[in-house]
Amino acid sequence: MSAAVSDVETARASAPARPRGLDIGRAVRRVLPPLVIGGAGLVAWELVVRLNQIPYYILPGPLLVLGTLVRDWGTLYPSLLVTLTITGAALLVATVAGVLIAILFTQSKLIELSLFPYAVILQVTPVVAIAPLIIIWVKNIPVALLICAWIVAFFPIVSNTTLGLNSADHNLLNLMQLYGASRRQVFWYLRLPSAMPYFLGGLRISGGLALIGAVVAEFVAGTGGTQSGLAYRILESGYTMQIPRMFAALLMITCTGILIFLALTALSHLILRKWHESAVAREG
Amino acid sequence: MSRGIPAVVQLQHVDKIYGNGVVALRRLDLDVGEGEFLSLLGPSGCGKSTVLRLVAGLGEVSGGRIEWPSANGRAGLPRGDIGFVFQEPTLMPWATVFKNVLLPLKLRGVPAEEATARVREAIGMVGLDGFERAYPRELSGGMKMRVSIARALVTHPRLLLLDEPFASLDEITRFKLDNDLLALWARQRWTVVFVTHSVYESVYLSTRIAVMTARPGRTASEVAIEAPTPRDEAFRTSLLYNEYCRQVSARLAEAMHS
Repeated sequence: MSAAVSDVETARASAPARPRGLDIGRAVRRVLPPLVIGGAGLVAWELVVRLNQIPYYILPGPLLVLGTLVRDWGTLYPSLLVTLTITGAALLVATVAGVLIAILFTQSKLIELSLFPYAVILQVTPVVAIAPLIIIWVKNIPVALLICAWIVAFFPIVSNTTLGLNSADHNLLNLMQLYGASRRQVFWYLRLPSAMPYFLGGLRISGGLALIGAVVAEFVAGTGGTQSGLAYRILESGYTMQIPRMFAALLMITCTGILIFLALTALSHLILRKWHESAVAREG
Repeated sequence: MSRGIPAVVQLQHVDKIYGNGVVALRRLDLDVGEGEFLSLLGPSGCGKSTVLRLVAGLGEVSGGRIEWPSANGRAGLPRGDIGFVFQEPTLMPWATVFKNVLLPLKLRGVPAEEATARVREAIGMVGLDGFERAYPRELSGGMKMRVSIARALVTHPRLLLLDEPFASLDEITRFKLDNDLLALWARQRWTVVFVTHSVYESVYLSTRIAVMTARPGRTASEVAIEAPTPRDEAFRTSLLYNEYCRQVSARLAEAMHS
């Protein structure tokens, strides 16, 4: 084709990518408002506690909670690791099993029709209600907790990945057929990449759910000792009226949930930033 | 075909009835001659795209037959001998221009070194040198279509099927792509079947136009465009071009009321 192509030239002129991510002003504008609200809330909380002289065993002020967090770090940190281990393992198993089940579903409509209702049943049954059974059946407590967390976490990955695997562009499927692609090639080159944004969306939900599942299961199990997670620290603090420590443990769970969400969001952005609309800044 | 050119593919009394009962084609006859630029012209929904899909092997005929005289008795051309360009660019958004064009070769297991050379050649042919590492979303509509054409050309096809490829582009870009496609065809001389609903585009590009009736589609008449190739913008304003446009428009009007 001719060398000076007009539509090519115009696009070449606008090609240089704008430096995103380095835009500090925009980042500050996004982060500042919630920080101001949060800070004001904490100050108000501290003031309410002090002015009304509310006893610490009813409502501790944020400074006391922070102090307790630092003082009790030696007890709380190992518990955090226990909860994190269960959460991480449950998310890992949920991801692997979820993706494999989704792939199985897309291999045959019959398999999907036969099994999908049971995935839904597992999802809608409250984990609090089945956790006691699982803990009775499975002697090994960490494994029982992992199963509970997994049950909560795996559904978003299964349903999203299944949707994604079935969302491949029909014309691209036609193209694959035209060039005689095998099922395996269609899967690797087309279905799997098409499913990626859906899978990552599911993973982001499952990350938070795995933590919730782990904490709920710990509550139900209520096991003490050195191998106990943050939920048990909350129970224990309640029994012994150590309310500031209860808040400190709660704070740790919340922060962990936020960190999991941020980490999975960053992962998603890293994988999709080149091509998917969700990760690409709007032009103009 | 009346000019004694060997046929690449022949459609004989082809019917196509879809699962929902829609009769898309009825007793359609069409010969595609070696090296010609054939346009299928007809109103929307007349089954033009269905013809292309059947020729490409993306569907089964409901009646009649498709013959491949040049395929030495096989059921069709070997895979890769057919290039297909869809109405939409149909690119993989997660892959660069290079990887999109590479796809057909990758599917056929062409060795990396040879594949790389052929991808570069195809990208060069459509005027996209330097854009190998761009992602589709970074390209304009016309450029995406160029990538789609490069992908169709990378297997060195004998038969190129284009399904209203430039319909969604603005006129300036479309004229440009028309010219570039003609220039490529003049050099490479693959056989082209080009589906369009534009009288002007079909006259400008083709050596022959098959005018189709409204659904159920069949070929109503054929017009050979005996204007010299290569053609350029001067042809667009020539008397000959206008005369052909008038003639083809009349045939199209006839076909729609037959």
